[in-house]
Amino acid sequence: MVTTAAQKPILLSGNEAVALGALAAGVRFYAGYPITPSTEIAEVLAVELPKIGGKFIQMEDEIASMGAVIGASLAGSKSLTATSGPGFSLMQEHIGYAAMAEVPCVIVDVMRGGPSTGLPTKTSQADIMQAKYGSHGDYPSFALMPNSVLECYTLTIKAFNFSEKYRVPVILLSDEVIGHMRERVVLPDPATLEIINRKAPTEPREWYRHYPDKTTGIAPMASFGEGYRYHVTGLTHEEHGFDATSQEVAKLLEKFKNKEIRNTKELTMCESFCMEDAEICIFAAGSVARSARQAVRILREKGVKAGLLRPQLVWPFPKMPVEEVYDQVRFILVPEMNVGQLRKEVERLRTNMRVKVKGLNVLNSVMITAEQVVERVLQIDFRSGSESEGGTSNG
Amino acid sequence: MSKRSSGTQLHPYVTFRLSGTGGQGLILAGRLLAEAASIYEGLNVVQTNSYGPEARGGASRSEVVISKGEIDILHSPVIDTLVCLSQQACDAYYGDLSNTGLLITDSMLVGVVPTARAVEVPVTELAQTLGNKMTANVIALGVLVSLTGIVRLESLKSAVAARAPKAFLELNVKAVDVGFQAAAAVVGKWNAKRRSAIPDYSHIRG
Repeated sequence: MVTTAAQKPILLSGNEAVALGALAAGVRFYAGYPITPSTEIAEVLAVELPKIGGKFIQMEDEIASMGAVIGASLAGSKSLTATSGPGFSLMQEHIGYAAMAEVPCVIVDVMRGGPSTGLPTKTSQADIMQAKYGSHGDYPSFALMPNSVLECYTLTIKAFNFSEKYRVPVILLSDEVIGHMRERVVLPDPATLEIINRKAPTEPREWYRHYPDKTTGIAPMASFGEGYRYHVTGLTHEEHGFDATSQEVAKLLEKFKNKEIRNTKELTMCESFCMEDAEICIFAAGSVARSARQAVRILREKGVKAGLLRPQLVWPFPKMPVEEVYDQVRFILVPEMNVGQLRKEVERLRTNMRVKVKGLNVLNSVMITAEQVVERVLQIDFRSGSESEGGTSNG
Repeated sequence: MSKRSSGTQLHPYVTFRLSGTGGQGLILAGRLLAEAASIYEGLNVVQTNSYGPEARGGASRSEVVISKGEIDILHSPVIDTLVCLSQQACDAYYGDLSNTGLLITDSMLVGVVPTARAVEVPVTELAQTLGNKMTANVIALGVLVSLTGIVRLESLKSAVAARAPKAFLELNVKAVDVGFQAAAAVVGKWNAKRRSAIPDYSHIRG
C-alpha cells in the first residue's frame, strides 16, 4: 500500500503519486483500460476508490472509458482516466466532446514511444501536440507536464482544480520515466492544499442556464439528478444547450478562447532556474527538464551563463515568459524527445531574429542526458561565437 | 507567476545498475536499495527501470542514483557500480561502467568476465543453497552493500524486512547476510592493493 501519513519521507513512483494526488483532489470516479506505462495509476485507484465510496470501472476500451468519465463528472463526481499514446488517440473524440459540453475531467497520458503501439516500455514526449490539437475544432486545451514524483502529486491536484474552475478537460502529460521512476518525497500536509470544487448554481432551478454566456467561461454547474434541466450536446449550442444561431456560434468559440487568454496570469506556470543573468536559455519540460537543470549546473561550473525555463503548464503555452527570454538571451535550446514540438511553439513567439532557436531531438526513446544537453549548448555557443563580429563571450 | 528553484551547486552522486534477465527480481532489488538509502539513510534517490514488453525473459535492469543533494540524473550514461546476473547483461552494459567503477557478477551465470577487477560471487548458487532461487536478488544486494558501503547493513535489512512477505521475511533477511559474507570471503582472498581498488561510497552518506 502506498498511502501514508503526510510529511514523512517515502519512496514513491510517479504513477503512484498521480493516484494519491487525485485522491487528495477529491477524485471519486475512475474509468479506464490498462496500458503500459500508466497501469499503476489504475492499480492504486482500484484499491483505494472503493474504500471511500468511489467507483472504479475497467471499461472495454479507452473510447468507452472517456465516455464514462464524462458521464460521472456530469453526475457530480470528480473523474479521472489514465492511459498512454494508443489509448489517448482513442479518447480524442470524447475529449473534444468534454470541451464542447464544458465537462470538467482529468486525463493522464503517460507518454511512451510512438507512433501507434510503438514502444510500450520506453519513454517519449511526442504527444505534446496531441494534447493540444488531438481532437478536431478549436477547443480550449490545458496540459500540465510534471518533472518529478512530487509534481506528479501536486500537478494532478492542479489539473483537477483547473478542470473544476474552467469546466474543461485537463491533460496531465507524464512519461514513462516520470511515471515509473521512484523518488524520495515528502507529500504536503493535506490541510495546506488548495482544492477547488465546481460552483453549485444559486439561482432558482427554472432560471438555470447550463452554458452561461460569461466572458471568462467560469460558471456554476449543476449535477445531473439535482433537478436542474439542461441539455448536454456536442453540437454547437446556446446557453440552454440547444442549437445555436450563427451569432451564438461565434460567442461560444469566443468564450472557449477566453478561458485561455482572460486567465493568462493564473495559466502561466513556469519555473526559471539560473535565468537572472543568463545569456543562453534552455527551454525544456517534463523529464527532460531534469537533465536540462543538471546541464545548467555543469555549464555554470564551466563559466557558461546558461539558465533553464521550464513550463509546468505547456498548454496554454507560456507566452509571456518566452517573450521575456527573447529580450534577454543569445540563443534558446529546446531539448525534447520528439522531432521538435515545443521548439516550434517557441519559434512562433520569436520577435528578435538575432536570437537563434535550436533543438536537441532524441528519437530513440532513450532519456536525454545532461551531458548531451551540455554538449549541444557548447557546440551552438562555439558556432555562434565564431559567426559574430568582435567575438561575443563564449563563456 | 514564475517560481525559482534553489540548488545551483553540483553535488557528488553515485550510480548503480542492477541488470539481468526479466524475472530475476532486479527491479525489486533496485527499489529495495533505493528504500534503504532514502527511508533508512535519509539520502535522496532516483530509481528508474528499463525492461522489455515481456513478462519473463528479455533484458531487465534497474538503476539507482544516490546523493545527499538534489538529483537531476534520471538516466546516467556512466555507471559506478554494475551488478550483472546474466552474461547478456554483462556484455551489454560493461561499456557503461566508469574506469574506477565496480563490476559484480554472478560467477555461475557470467562465464566471461571482461575485467580482472570483477568481484565474482556465486549469487544464484547461494540462493539455491538457501533453499529459494528467488533470493538471488537480495543476496546480490548484500554483496553490493558489503563492498561499497553505500548504506549500512542494518538499513538494507530494514528495507528488505519491510517489503518481504511475512512467510519469507526471515529467509530474505538471512539472504542479505549470506551476500554480505560471501562478498567479504571473495575479496578477503585478494591482496591489499587489489582490494583497495574497490570503491568505497560510505562518504556519500556522510
